[in-house]
Amino acid sequence: MDAMAAVKQTFFQECEEQLAELETGLLAMERGEAESDTVNAVFRAVHSIKGGAGAFSLGDLVQFAHVFETTLDHVRNGALEPTADVMAVMLRAADLLADLVAAARDGHAVDSGRSEVLVAELTALSPGGADASAEEEDDMSDFSFTPVSVAFDFSDTPAVAGRSYTITFKPRPELYAKGNETALVLRELERLGQLETSCDASGLPQLAELDPEGAYLEWTMRLTTEKGEDAIREVFEFVEWDSSLTIQASDADGDADSGAGSTEDAFAALLRSIQADETSLPATTADIIPLPLAEEREAVAEIDAQPAKAVAARNGEGGANANAGAPQTIRADLERVDRLIDLVGELVINQAMLSQRVMEAGHVPGSAVALGLDELEHLTREIQDCVMAIRAQAVKSVFQRIPRLVREVAGMTGKQVRLITDGEGTEVDKTVIDRLNDPLTHMIRNAIDHGLEKPEVRVAAGKPAEGVVRLSAMHRSGRIVIEVADDGAGINRSRVKAIAAEKGLIAADAVLSDEEIDNLIFLPGFSTASEVSNISGRGVGMDVVKRSIQSLGGRLSITSRPGKGSTFTMSLPLTLAVLDGMVVTVADQTLVVPLTAIIETLQPKAADVHGLGGGARVIAIRDTFTPLIDVGRELGFRTTATDPLAAVAILVETEGGRRSALLVDTIQGQRQVVIKSLESNYRHVPGIAAATILGDGRVALIIDVDTVIANSQSDATILEPVLAAAG
Amino acid sequence: MIKHDNSSRELIAFRIGEQEFCVDIMSVREIRGWAPATVLPKSPPYVRGVINLRGAILPIVDLAARLGFQPPEPTVRHVIMVAQVGSQVVGLLVDAVSDILSVTDDAIKPTPDVASDMAKTFVRGVLAIEGRMISLIALDNVLPALEPIAA
Repeated sequence: MDAMAAVKQTFFQECEEQLAELETGLLAMERGEAESDTVNAVFRAVHSIKGGAGAFSLGDLVQFAHVFETTLDHVRNGALEPTADVMAVMLRAADLLADLVAAARDGHAVDSGRSEVLVAELTALSPGGADASAEEEDDMSDFSFTPVSVAFDFSDTPAVAGRSYTITFKPRPELYAKGNETALVLRELERLGQLETSCDASGLPQLAELDPEGAYLEWTMRLTTEKGEDAIREVFEFVEWDSSLTIQASDADGDADSGAGSTEDAFAALLRSIQADETSLPATTADIIPLPLAEEREAVAEIDAQPAKAVAARNGEGGANANAGAPQTIRADLERVDRLIDLVGELVINQAMLSQRVMEAGHVPGSAVALGLDELEHLTREIQDCVMAIRAQAVKSVFQRIPRLVREVAGMTGKQVRLITDGEGTEVDKTVIDRLNDPLTHMIRNAIDHGLEKPEVRVAAGKPAEGVVRLSAMHRSGRIVIEVADDGAGINRSRVKAIAAEKGLIAADAVLSDEEIDNLIFLPGFSTASEVSNISGRGVGMDVVKRSIQSLGGRLSITSRPGKGSTFTMSLPLTLAVLDGMVVTVADQTLVVPLTAIIETLQPKAADVHGLGGGARVIAIRDTFTPLIDVGRELGFRTTATDPLAAVAILVETEGGRRSALLVDTIQGQRQVVIKSLESNYRHVPGIAAATILGDGRVALIIDVDTVIANSQSDATILEPVLAAAG
Repeated sequence: MIKHDNSSRELIAFRIGEQEFCVDIMSVREIRGWAPATVLPKSPPYVRGVINLRGAILPIVDLAARLGFQPPEPTVRHVIMVAQVGSQVVGLLVDAVSDILSVTDDAIKPTPDVASDMAKTFVRGVLAIEGRMISLIALDNVLPALEPIAA
């Protein structure tokens, strides 16, 4: 069962890719780029999902994918014009398909009403309407895995005018290993016209010699169809590489009877050959018909038994064939990659220690040993860069969810929105990718809901009714910068200021610059929407977005021009596995303060430090009194107060936007450190965010600035017992 | 030393002050010399701090302090036993590793009734070997219990 689960997981991974391709293709078609490559790609995506879903008996998914595929097929063969209305239905169908895939993966149900509505809409689009759908219903049962009989009975089929083709098709074992199915191919072929099939089972060995994963059958078909050879080739699109296939045009006046007859003959021959074998095989011999189904079982059993092989084949060859020219990729276990990163981190530390020892041993720079070490250092750094690059992923995986979100929010707000994305290929560490979705979703919602005006307002202002939201990503000075820009009305500053004053966030008579007013929207408890809307008014505002970005070590800023729109810019580190920090010394302990929290460092002067009751002290920085926090005492490293005049103050800002000054003994310097978890072998330590390993191989702790400051405000209760215990 | 037989288990014996203890050898991953640890704030006194074990952060528990003895001032002669405790890896600071014992289960006698909390928390049985008494201890409770963390 585990093996099956693994294959299923791969199927869902592939579904994600197919859905992404589907969405990309549909959006291209919506823009009017309905080239046959695009339409085919879209069709192929839905078809692949349907095929895979059939193998796992995901009935809902198969049924819907089938209807969707049928409608797409009409677009593909030109019977249905991809107009804007049609594409709108298609896009919604793609959304539902994504939901169905998610539902199948997580094992919950999707509202069947939605599915029915879309099925009706899709069917209505099809030329032929209700008749076509009835036919589809019938067709659907074919995808279940109960041994239904597949009758190759063509006597009722009306004669079809057109060319006749002779097709020989001999699958190789790889075809089945990839989860393809001959019966489905034949069925697909049957849709093109009148089909006569004969199966040559002469290659079938005795059961004792039969390789259960082998492929022994060969089909010869006569197809009379109005479609061209291309249409036939397309049926074989997924299997062509793994089979011997010939397609020959011949005259249409062939003998129709011989084909059907030979099918039966072939089955009979096959039956005889199986019965000839002395081994009893009740399931197979009981019925002559389930031949293709026996093949099906074979294929499934094969996947079950050899998931790794099947998966490898699908991913490797299939992928390479589908997009020749695209860079080849492998899937790797994230844990392995992380382990590699750990080891390389160790290598860097070891190399630094080795260099230090060699210098201590008296080797001068420029000596052979020192030169060798320089080279080693160079190589080590290069390896580190390469390993970090393995984890890097394009932001595309996050961006591709956005078009759907835009459609939904646009639908709910009654606004017309066009989304432009840029820089989808920008790469960033997986740790960042995973946590990008929520803030980005919120920013997009905000841009549409608050940024863009309603169409009539836009038209009145002389703008096109359709608003534009531009989402872009780029690398800038070692960080990734993601911008969400709208061409809406911009921030209504007088209104923002009035609301902030009303909510007591600022004094009513405060004089603020434009920039300061814009930044008011990041204050907790600020929400400009006068009516609480379904989209943005969920009690979380831009302050939450800002905080979640800050917790990733990022920054969020806004620029706005009245009447022209607003731009939210978030800048994030390229990885969460490393952190820029200031290395400081406190009571002989080495600590790291995250650089993102630091505003400035300063040398306290006697005149600036003031006591404020108890042991609390404040420091005057440019006319404001900021709490002075003695890090050594706060963390319990020392019991006596530090002399501020002999120490350094680091002005930091908490996630809530409040400032404090941390008092440390000395500053060693600024450096990038690799973040190591304390929890994995120990537990969470209050005031400490994580640990890191310094160049000398020793562990240094990374200060959690927010909790240190929060704890300092309830000092008396926390500090005393710890000191007592330590003493 | 007791003879090796089929139902035997291997224990690793170590010394803390005047007393001898042992743990199942399967839980011990490696033994290394003492290296100065980075002090952790707001931790119990028996947690010496953390060291770098090939890229992983390893907490060091002073087993003497944990078992209620006078904690020693660690010297280069002290050793750290790196042990697996549940899903975590912990370094145990002890005076010295003395022996590897192969004993049968029935050689392990029940813990005598004493008033010591340490004995109740950690000692799972005692062995009498060549006139020495060696206490078999369980490592489950060496790390501080997870307390609710104040927000």
